[in-house]
Parts: sequence; structure tokens; C-alpha cells
Amino acid sequence: MELWFTENHAPGARFSIKVEKQVYSQKSEYQQIDIFDSKEFGRFMTLDGYMMLTQRDEFIYHEMITHTAMAVNPKIQKVLVIGGGDGGAVRELTKYQSIQTIHLVEIDEMVIEASKKYMPFTSDKLNDPRVLIMICDGLRYVRSCKEAYDLIIVDSTDPFGPGEGLFTKEFYGNCEDILSPEGILINQHESPFYGEDALAMQRAHKRIYETFPISKCYQAHIPTYPSGHWLFGFASKKYDPINDFKEEEWTKFGLETKYYNRELHKGAFCLPNYVKELLNEVE
Amino acid sequence: MPDQSRAPILEALNNLKVNRVVPFDVPGHKRGRGNQALLDFLGEKCLSVDVNSMKPLDNLCHPVSVIKEAEDIAAEAFGAAHAFFMVGGTTSAVQSMILSVCKEGDEIILPRNVHRSAINVLVLSGAIPVYVNPDTDSNLGISLGMKLEDVKRTIDAHPNAKAILINNPTYYGVCSNLKEITEYAHKRGMYVLADEAHGTHFYFNDKLPMAAMHAGCDMASVSMHKSGGSLTQSSFLLLGPNVNQDYVRQIINLTQTTSGSYLLMSSLDISRRNLAMHGQQIFDKVITLADYARTEINEIGDYYAYSSEIINGDSVYNFDVTKLSINTLKTGLAGIEVYDYLRDEYDIQIEFGDLGNVLAYISVGDRDRDIERLVGALKEIRRRYHKDQTGMLTQEYISPKVAVSPKEAFYGNKISVPMEASIGGICGEFVMCYPPGIPILAPGEEITGDIVDYIKYAKEKGCMILGPEDLDCNYLNILSN
Repeated sequence: MELWFTENHAPGARFSIKVEKQVYSQKSEYQQIDIFDSKEFGRFMTLDGYMMLTQRDEFIYHEMITHTAMAVNPKIQKVLVIGGGDGGAVRELTKYQSIQTIHLVEIDEMVIEASKKYMPFTSDKLNDPRVLIMICDGLRYVRSCKEAYDLIIVDSTDPFGPGEGLFTKEFYGNCEDILSPEGILINQHESPFYGEDALAMQRAHKRIYETFPISKCYQAHIPTYPSGHWLFGFASKKYDPINDFKEEEWTKFGLETKYYNRELHKGAFCLPNYVKELLNEVE
Repeated sequence: MPDQSRAPILEALNNLKVNRVVPFDVPGHKRGRGNQALLDFLGEKCLSVDVNSMKPLDNLCHPVSVIKEAEDIAAEAFGAAHAFFMVGGTTSAVQSMILSVCKEGDEIILPRNVHRSAINVLVLSGAIPVYVNPDTDSNLGISLGMKLEDVKRTIDAHPNAKAILINNPTYYGVCSNLKEITEYAHKRGMYVLADEAHGTHFYFNDKLPMAAMHAGCDMASVSMHKSGGSLTQSSFLLLGPNVNQDYVRQIINLTQTTSGSYLLMSSLDISRRNLAMHGQQIFDKVITLADYARTEINEIGDYYAYSSEIINGDSVYNFDVTKLSINTLKTGLAGIEVYDYLRDEYDIQIEFGDLGNVLAYISVGDRDRDIERLVGALKEIRRRYHKDQTGMLTQEYISPKVAVSPKEAFYGNKISVPMEASIGGICGEFVMCYPPGIPILAPGEEITGDIVDYIKYAKEKGCMILGPEDLDCNYLNILSN
């Protein structure tokens, strides 16, 4: 018998991973959560049948969603992560001794519980004393929050489910409101390749672009995400990700990374022409 | 005792599908086969039941089998003596109520903040409106219900009036003292008609204001398609025990289609079943959502999402807490401006915005996260766009001066004049802001400077002005003699 996990990346394109066994399957109040083991990608988690992360390639996503901002403003002390219940982004952030607080706001407690139990490779830093986990709707949190953050990381699912509210103009506006004047917003920005993803990508960019004086996109190659070509958003009230790149200072942190490095930081903001055009259309 | 778990029209349509009857009747799309684009868009499930009256499906004009059965079950669900399935919207239900009790020259008492459908029908019937000024809340800039004393005085002054029409509730969720008004009118031999376009849910949850049939009203028009969940344009007309249902059916058949849509009728049947069986839980959830939204919106500051605290024992005898009505004036933004920002900037469509308020319709279909979006967007709109409050118009209600009957004015000789020049003239047409569709001017009413100012302000703020022959509303038709 062969067991395969298959995700439709587009109406006419599929991506499959051969599954050794299913480790976890539960339906939470918000979504269906599944965890599988595979030979090719190790352990992986899906939400409502969409790939969230695999043991094999999660480092790409989690390094790119954290270090890029840290290298532009190495003085970041106070961080808010919205979504990211798997703990991968938090794990990267805890590598910085200079960060004082990490608030993790996740809507679905079961994602955190499942991650803690079955995915220690991403979740093992969720117990760091600097980390405060809050179970709350992200949009609600940023609306009612009285804190000021130096960095907000939006590590969300796709905009077609519980993550929908994290792709809205009101969300980005409320984020802008609770960022310090030096603040940076990094978001999971969908893929420019397949039709529906590209539309979501454009909508997100349009709304962030309207909200922040500086709004750029950067890319990474993530094999298990649709098309493998993935974007992140970098938005700030003050810092340009290239002109204000503090590469020397970042190097002094002495962190070991598998994907991110100084050259790649600069290169990641160089986008293919078709992506530039998609972004220009909504600017 | 009718069984509320049944849905006779739905059952008959399902039987029809199973029997695979060959259609040599209308509609000509023949279950969609003749119109591929329509079939692709609406789907086979939908088009296979877009069928015409036939023996197993009964006939809306003269129900004897499944429609009759469905109407009987619906009547029981609403506590009515009879229920008509209506396929021409609540407009047709309101108009049938009035046509059933008022003939040419008869008086009918009604609050000015009635829906346009009620005044439109006066043009057809020739009945004479006697307006009761609704009370107004000048801080909120909304018209409220009618004060009991005002109603009594009007009834006493017009003892020959045939009927009184009452909003239960208004668009904003305000209820008058329905029971006492009904008792007083009945003592004077008048029919009591209720426009319950926004009150379907009153029948199905014990935390909500009293419904018309429970208060002893004679007829009620219920927009099942609003809070009840049926398809747009489907409604119920409910009758109390002292109304001749066969005469009302004749009145309905004067104007109602002879090709009643089974999509609409089955949606009424299914929705009635749902509310009768689960209404209490459904509207408990809606109330919880609306209460949560109000608390959060009032936290933002400047917005005022009002609720039962505005109850005053008279013109706000009760308040429908499922309605999320929000006053926006302290943000310096007109309701219509907030309404436009929500749609244009935040992709959120709400029910309406007037000069000082917006109304978000909360229903069983809403999710917590949608409420979060609305609240988040309102907060952002205040942060980004709030203005100084000076120069905001608050008054929504201008007392009308009826000079001639709506029918006489509508069909009278008219001339078109620039709006400014119309002051002092008698209006020959309707002018209303939409939504909420409550007339600013009706045919036969004197045009005043206040009214012209109001129309200009409403236009400037982005309200849609409907009714006049001149679509841009720069000219008004006034009576020429």
C-alpha cells in the first residue's frame, strides 16, 4: 500500500509527498490539523490540507522571516509574532540575546499543543523565558494592544481561512499603529506564480504599500510551497531593507544559519521582472 | 398540530426530481439545458427546481395542496391565523396589507418613517396619509418610534381612519409600544398593520421585542429574506384572526405574479423550518455577536453603538439588540462616509449609512473573525480619517406638510423646476435617501427650505437620492396649479 499526501497547488497542478505514517490528526475549532512522517521531507504539518512546514525545508522560511529584519535593525528588542504556532520563527528569534521579549499571538491553541508534542525541531524554544504565548485572534490583538513593538512578524496561513483577517488593510493599519517609530513589519507574502496566490500577493502588497512609507518584497525558494517561489514583505516607517542593511553589525551576532547570509539578503530583494510588474500594478 | 420539521414545498420539489418528469411547459430553459451559461453560473441543483406551477406543486394564486400545507405550517410557526407566501418582496406584502383595508379617500395613520412601499401604494389606492410624527433622538440623529400619546391623539382626531401602520421595528431597531397601540386602535375599530421587514427574528427568540401577531395586530409583513435567511425577495404576509383571508388573497392576486418562483417559495419553506426548530439558539448567537461588537466598538471611542439603554418606555418602547446601529457623528464623519470607507478601503459591505449612523446587519451567517474585521476597520477609519465635528447635520426627520393626496399629486399636472425654485411648491413626486428608503418628500407635500437644504447636504455626503424624474435630482416636479 502506498499513502501519499497531495495538495492542489493550482486547479491543474498538484504536489505530493509519499507518507510513511500519519502521526496526528485533529479538528480544532478553526481548522483540520494533520502531522505526517515522510522519508523525503521528514515530519510535516498541514492545516486544512495545506502544507505549513516540513522538517526538511522549514529552515528557509523561518530564517528568512526573522533574520532579514534583524539585520536591518539589530537593536530590535521587542517582537510580536502573529500566527507561527509551530514555534519556528520564535526559535530563530531566541538566537538573539539582545531581544528582550517575544510575544506570540496564535488563534489556535491546538496548533501549539500539537507542535510542542510532535515537532520539537521547531517548537523547542517556545519555553524560552522571554516568550509569552497568547491565544487570541491576531486582528483583535493588534486592535486592542497597548504595547509598542520594534518588529511584528506575520507568520500566517493563506488568506482563505482563519488567516484571512491577517491580510486586511485594517490589520496592517493596526500593526502600523502599534509599531515603534523604528518598527518593521515582516509578513508571509504568498507566491507570485499561480493565479490565485498571485492575486492574494498583490492584494496584500497593495494594502501594505498604502499603509507604510517603505514597503518592499523579498523572495526565497521553498520547495514544498506552491511553485517553490515564495515572497515575504518588508515594511517600515523608517528603514529601507537595503540602504539601512547593517551587515557588519549582524555578522557580529555570530549566528549559524543554513540559508540566510549577507549576500543573500541583498539578492533576495532583487525580483524577477514579472514579479516586479505584479507589484508595480498595485503601487 | 402542524409538524414544524416538515417542509411540504421542498418535499414536493424533491419528489419532482426523483420522478424525472419530462417538461413540455415553461420555463423554457428546461431545467437549464437550454441555457448553458445560466446553468454554469447557477448550477444544475438550482435550475432543476426553477419550475412552474403544476398539479404536484400547487399554485401560489390558489393554493390547495403543498403550498397551502406549507402556509398552514408557517402560520402556526408565527402564531398567525394565516400566512401567505409572498414572492414580490415585503414591498408587495406591505402594499397588499394597505390595499386590503383602504379604498380611495380612506384615511390611514402612519409614522412618517415608513418604508417607501407604504407611501407608494397610497398613489395606487388613493388613500390619504395621516402622519404621526415619530419621536426623534437629536443626539443620534435618528427617528424613533411613535409616542403612545401622539398615536392616541391622532386616532382621536381621525376617528374614521381605517387603519394604522406601525414599524416593528424601525430600520435602526426601535420598537413602539405595539400592544397598547393595537388595543387602542382596535377599540376605535381600526385595523393595525405591522411592517416587520426588520423583525422576522422577533417570532423565534424570547429575548427580543414582541412580534406583531403576538401583540394582536391584524396583519404583518415579514421579510423572511432579511434576518430569516431565505432568498432575496421572499416574504410572508401574516394575518390575525379578524381578517378575511380570501379577500386578502384576491387583493394579493391583483398585482402578484402568476408565475411564483419555486426557488423563492422553497427558500421560505426551508427557512421557516430552520427558524421554528432552531430559532432560539440561532438568535442567541446573533445577540452574543452583536453585544460583543457593541462593547468593542464603544471601546474605540467616538463611535456609539447603542443598544437597550436608549429604551425610554414610550417612543423607544423596546430595542432590537440584534441590530448593530452605530452613531458616527463624534468622529466628524457622516454615517454614509464611514459606510463608503468600509467598502472602498476595507472591503466590508454594511447595510446602510445615513447622515449620522451606520447599520451593520448581524446574522446567523456571521463568524467571530468577520466581527473582528469590522471592529478593526472602524478603529482604523477613526484613526485615519476623523475630522472636526462642526457643520455636521444631525436631523434626519423633517415633518411633512400634506397639501393634497399622494394620488392626486402624482397624477396631477406638473412642471419641472430647479430645486431652489421649488421651495413653496407642492411636490409631485417622491424624494428619498436610499438606504434606508424613507421618503424626504412624498407626492402632495409642500417643499420647504429645510427640505431642500437637507437634500443638498445628503447628496454632498454621498447618499443616493431616489425617486425624482430627474435622476441627478437637480430639478423637482411641482404641481403647476
